[in-house]
Amino acid sequence: MAIQLKVNGTVRSVTAEPDTPLLYVLRNDFELNGAKFGCGLAQCGACTVLVDGKATLSCVTQIGTLGQSEITTIEGLGTVERPHPLQRAFMDEQAAQCGYCINGMIMTAKELLDRNPKPTEADVRAGLDANLCRCGTHGRIIRAVLKAADLAGRI
Amino acid sequence: MNVITPTRREFTSGLGAIVVAFSFDPKLTMAQQAAPLPGSLAQNRTLDAWIRINADGGATIFPGKVELGQGITTALTQIAAEELDLPLARVRVLTTDTSRSPNEGVTAGSQSIEYGGTALRLASAEVRGILIGLAARRLGAAADKLTVTDGTIGSPDGRKVTYGELAAEVDLHREATAKVAPKLPAGHKIVGKSVPRFDIPNKVTGGVAYVQDMRLPGMVHGRIVRPPRPGSKLDSVDVAALKAMPGVIAVVRDGSFLGVVAEREEQAIKARQALLKSAKWTLGPELPDPAKIYEVLLALPAEDIIISDKQAPMPEGAKVIEATYRKPYMAHASIGPSCALAEFKDGKMTVWTHSQGVFPLRNHLSLGLKLPVADIRCIHAEGSGCYGHNGADDVGLDAALLARAVAPRPVRLQWMRDDEFGWEPYGPAMIMRAKAALADGKIVDWNYELWSNTHSTRPTEPGGNNLLASWYLAEAQNPAPPRTIPQPAGGGDRNAIPLYNFPRQRVVHHFIKEMPLRVSALRTLGAYSNVFAIESFIDELARAANADPIAFRLVHMKDPRARAVIETVAKKAHWKEGEAGDGRRGRGIGFAKYKNLSIYVAVIAEVEIDPTSGVIKVPRALAVADAGQIINPDGLTNQIEGGIIQSTSWTLHEQVRFDRNGITSRDWQGYPILTMHDAPHVEVELIDRPAEKSLGSGEGSQGPMVAAIVNAFANATGKRIRELPLTPDRVKAALG
Repeated sequence: MAIQLKVNGTVRSVTAEPDTPLLYVLRNDFELNGAKFGCGLAQCGACTVLVDGKATLSCVTQIGTLGQSEITTIEGLGTVERPHPLQRAFMDEQAAQCGYCINGMIMTAKELLDRNPKPTEADVRAGLDANLCRCGTHGRIIRAVLKAADLAGRI
Repeated sequence: MNVITPTRREFTSGLGAIVVAFSFDPKLTMAQQAAPLPGSLAQNRTLDAWIRINADGGATIFPGKVELGQGITTALTQIAAEELDLPLARVRVLTTDTSRSPNEGVTAGSQSIEYGGTALRLASAEVRGILIGLAARRLGAAADKLTVTDGTIGSPDGRKVTYGELAAEVDLHREATAKVAPKLPAGHKIVGKSVPRFDIPNKVTGGVAYVQDMRLPGMVHGRIVRPPRPGSKLDSVDVAALKAMPGVIAVVRDGSFLGVVAEREEQAIKARQALLKSAKWTLGPELPDPAKIYEVLLALPAEDIIISDKQAPMPEGAKVIEATYRKPYMAHASIGPSCALAEFKDGKMTVWTHSQGVFPLRNHLSLGLKLPVADIRCIHAEGSGCYGHNGADDVGLDAALLARAVAPRPVRLQWMRDDEFGWEPYGPAMIMRAKAALADGKIVDWNYELWSNTHSTRPTEPGGNNLLASWYLAEAQNPAPPRTIPQPAGGGDRNAIPLYNFPRQRVVHHFIKEMPLRVSALRTLGAYSNVFAIESFIDELARAANADPIAFRLVHMKDPRARAVIETVAKKAHWKEGEAGDGRRGRGIGFAKYKNLSIYVAVIAEVEIDPTSGVIKVPRALAVADAGQIINPDGLTNQIEGGIIQSTSWTLHEQVRFDRNGITSRDWQGYPILTMHDAPHVEVELIDRPAEKSLGSGEGSQGPMVAAIVNAFANATGKRIRELPLTPDRVKAALG
C-alpha cells in the first residue's frame, strides 16, 4: 500500500507494507544513505533518525506508525558545503575512523543539543551511551559534540 | 571527493584491457626475474600499475591497499602528491579493482604505508623525473635547471609546460627502477601534515561512503539462511510456501547452502525468517564445553615450533617464577554486518566487496563458483570497520551465488546481526605459559610457550576454499589446510619473542591445527595475547625482584627507541619510582614494538576498581609512540587512540560465548563492548623520526594497552588476574 512520509521537510510516498521498518524505506526508496543497518534490534544506534525531534531507531520503527510525523535524517541537517555545526565539528575533529556509527552519533547528539545546548562531557557520554562505536573513536566524538555546542552557541 | 569506485564497466573494454597487456608483455615477464624492487613494487613492477598522468594535469593513483576506515587512502595520496609535486586535490584515487589495480594481496598487518607507501613514493618520484625529462626536451633546457610547482614545470627563463600537456606523450608502461631518489624529509610540504581525511565529509553528511550504500539499476535484495551450528546438513525446506511470499524472486538452495532473493529488503528479511523456521537440519557436531575450552585446546595435537633458543650458563640459586595466561575467543564485531553486491552478466561475475584482499577473494570465488579467475572481477568499496578477517569475504561468495541464480539482476546482500556474530571467524583463544629465573634482580632465564590455532584462514591460503558457503554446497569444498605465518612477523606467535635482552631464552609456539571454533585474523593476531602475557609477567618478575616495573624494563632493554618511548611515557605520566595504588586506584605500564618490526608504543593506564561490584574502569591512558617518519600525525594519533580504546573493550568485556549447541553471542547483549560512558581519555605523544622509515602503526597500541590495564589492576590491588576478560566475577575472585 502507498504510505506518505514527511522526510526532511518533503512529503514522499512509498508503496510498502505498514510494518516495514523506516530504515529500509529511507535507504532503498528515498536513497538516503545516512541511517545505517547495524543490528535491526535497537541495540547499536547506527540507524538513528529524528522523529518529531526525538532520536529514534529507524530499524524498529514501522512506517505505518509515523502518520504526519516530521522525520529528519542526517541529510536534512546539512551538506558537505553547508554543514550543520555538528557535521562541521565532526569534520574538524576528524571524529571518525570507519565512520559507520557516526550517523547515529550525530543524530543522537542533535536531540541532545536541542534539549541541552550547553552539555557537560558527562552529559555527552550519558547521551551517547547507547550508540556503539567499534573503532575506538569515542574521545573524538565527545570532543566533536562539545565543539558543536560551542559552534552553535556562537551562531 | 578524490576517491573513485567504479560502479560498472565492461570486462573487456577500458581499464580491463590494460591488465591483459600487463600479463602478456614478454619484456615484463622476463623483468620479473630481474633485480628486486622495494615495497609492493616487487610484485607490481611497472609504473603505470601505480600512476596515470591525466590530460587535465592531475594524476590518478592505483593503490592495491584498501580503505578500512584507517585513513590509508589519504595517507597514500599525501605520499604520491608530495613526490609528484601536485596539490592533493589533483591526485585522484581509484579504489582497488582486480581489473586495474596492482595486486598487493591483503590490507592487513599494519603494512600499507611500509609496502604500498614505499611503492607509491618511489613510483611517483620516478614519474616526476620522467616528466621533467620530457619537459627538458620540449623546452630545450637542462633537466636539472627545471622546477616543478603544482604540476607545472618551469624553466629558468620563465617558459612552462604542464603535466597535462605531457600526458599524451608520457609512457609509463615501463619497469620501475626505484633509482630516482624521493624528496628529503626536510623538503616535505604534504607528508608529515595532518591532512583531513577525504572520506570523512561524506561519512558525516549521508553521502555514498560504503558498499552498503551502493545501488545498481534493477538491484534486488538477498539474505542467507544458516544452520543452528557449523557442519549441519539441510534435510528439507518448504520452498513452495516461500515462493508465495510477497516479493520473493528466488529461493536459492545448493546442498546445504540456502538463501533468498526478494524485490525489497524487508521482504528478503521476512522470507529469511520464514526459511529459518521451515528449514530442517541434521545438526553438525556439538561445540566443546566452554568451561573447558583451554583444556580442550591443550589436549589437541600441536606442532611445536621453537622460535627462539638462546643458551648461556644458568646461574646457581636463581629464583624461578611461573605463570599461565589465557585469552578467550573474541569477535571482530563490526558495527555494520558484512555486505556485498554481485552481478552475473554474460558469464562474468562482478562483486563489490569490502574484503581486505580483492585478489585473494577472487581466487576463492573462482573455486566456489567454478568460474575462471578471468571471468570474475572484484571491486573494493569500503565497509564498516573490520579489524581483520570478518564476514567480508564470505558474504562475497554468498552474494555471488544468489546473483547467479537471478542473473542478470544485481543482488545486494547484507548479513543480519546474528549472521555476523554467529559465523564470522573469531580471534583464536590462546594459552600462554611463562617461566623465568631471577638472580641479582635480573632475569637470567626466560621460557615462554604459547598454544594457538592459526591466525589466518583468509582466502590467501592455498589448497582449499576458505569461503564459508563453499563448505555447504552440494559439491562441498574443503577449507584450505591451516598454516601459521612464520617469524619474524608471526601468527599466534606474533610478539612472542620478547624485545628485552635475556642471556638465556627459549620460546615455543605450539601450533594447533584443529579448530574447535572457526578462527582467523583479528587485529594484532597473537600480539595482543603475547604482549598481555609477556608484559604481565615482566611486572610479576619486577615485583618478585622488588624493583620498579619501569626501571626493571629499562634494565633489560637495549633498543634505544624502545627505551625512549618507555622513558618518555614515564616522564609524561610523572611516574614515581615504586609507586603503588591504594586498593581502588592504580597505574600500570605496557610496552611493545609491534611484530618486533613496526611501531614502538608504551602506554601508562590508570584503573579504578569498585571492589563491591567488581567493575573496573579505565579513566585515562597516556601513550608514547615512535612510528619512524610520520605521514599524517593526526591519522596516526587516531589509530593509536582507537587501538587503546578497542583494547580496553577487549580486555574488560569481550569473549565469544557458546554452549554445546552453538554460538550464543548473537547480538550486542550477548557480546557487550565498551560504551561511551566508560571510554578512557586517551592522550598520545608521537616521537617523529623523519630520517627513519615509516613503521606500520594500526595495530601497535592494543598489546601495550591490555598490559597497562592488567598491570594497573595489580598495582592497585596487589592481586593479579591472568585470564581475560577482566569481568566483575574475576575481579571479585581475585580480591577474595
